[in-house]
Amino acid sequence: MNISYSECSARERIALLLDEGSFHEWLPPSERVTSPHLAQLGVPSAFDDGVAIGRATLAGRPVFVAAQEGEFMGGGVGEVHGAKLVGLFRRALRERPDAVLLLAESGGVRLHEANAGLIAVSEVMRALLDLRAAGIPTIVLIGGANGCFGGMGIVARCADRIVMSDIGRLAMSGPEVIEASNGVDEFDSRDRALVWRTTGGKHRWLSGDCDLLVADELAAFRAAAIASLDAAAPVTLAGLEDEHQLLSERLHLLDAPVDGDEAIALWTRLGVPAPQRVPELDPGELTRP
Amino acid sequence: MSPGLEALDYHLAGKYPAGDFPAVLVGVVGSGNLEVLLEPATGSTECSVHVETSARGFGAIWSAVVEDFHRRHQLAGIRVSINDMGATPAVVSLRLDQAVAEIKR
Repeated sequence: MNISYSECSARERIALLLDEGSFHEWLPPSERVTSPHLAQLGVPSAFDDGVAIGRATLAGRPVFVAAQEGEFMGGGVGEVHGAKLVGLFRRALRERPDAVLLLAESGGVRLHEANAGLIAVSEVMRALLDLRAAGIPTIVLIGGANGCFGGMGIVARCADRIVMSDIGRLAMSGPEVIEASNGVDEFDSRDRALVWRTTGGKHRWLSGDCDLLVADELAAFRAAAIASLDAAAPVTLAGLEDEHQLLSERLHLLDAPVDGDEAIALWTRLGVPAPQRVPELDPGELTRP
Repeated sequence: MSPGLEALDYHLAGKYPAGDFPAVLVGVVGSGNLEVLLEPATGSTECSVHVETSARGFGAIWSAVVEDFHRRHQLAGIRVSINDMGATPAVVSLRLDQAVAEIKR
């Protein structure tokens, strides 16, 4: 039976994606390492502050893993939540597992925690880049209903590899943020098709922002994670220059006036076959140039 | 305790010792949902329940739901901790039963 990745909780994803029974949690709920800020605002805490971290095996190989719970505060990164991610990454630097997996589902900084959340996210980025520099593959999996936005969107793009489902979304500002700041004419956050055409997994894969596109199934994410175990991609000057080149070319693809939908125009100009049909195709049916 | 949250505590005399078991967590602190953490309290003959909830003023209903739960299972030596974000009584009862079922697994 296919189990939907997006419908699982963070803990269910850990239990089903990694080798059965292999997960050993650090700072488990019974330790009650909770947010020092939320109760003061009248918001209930979660015993794990919305993220589970620990070690496990994947296809028999040692990995470290973190899974964010999107249902708790939209997966927002608070002070403790961020510190747990940073602690996991720093420990990985010392113990050198075969890979570090981040099952991301987050709206970014938890605004209730203000500067503490912002600092936490920046520390997560630094710790993740340290892992990359040390040659430990960092793999981000995105397939939760809340997507991966804000600071966590940046964290994801700092990693060696991104795996997404077509349901998954990845961006900096979320649809409602864009609408609130630039108006509904700029971006209608209630237009679901538009939201997925511009932030969804298919778009990210077609435009090269994600490495593997899978169906919304736990088994598919597991297979993609296993396939990514040796995917360390060291940060080099040449690599950065290539990335800048790619981004610049993509930006200029939309210089000429667009008649109709901009996402479809971009796919057309990227050379994606049958761009009009992209929204209705399954992930396995898509091809990218 | 902050002005926004309400904390409730219940101590019920239990009958069947829960024994030693790894802590169980079910549910998520999301809108209309709650998380339930079960831990052994070896040596105690009580079932103790601690609730923190964002929905204030529902003490009587919590009391009824907790007593109902205790009538079903009558566990002793167990500590129940709940973080609630406005779950309905039926959801609370189901989560409590789910948590007990996880111990038995």
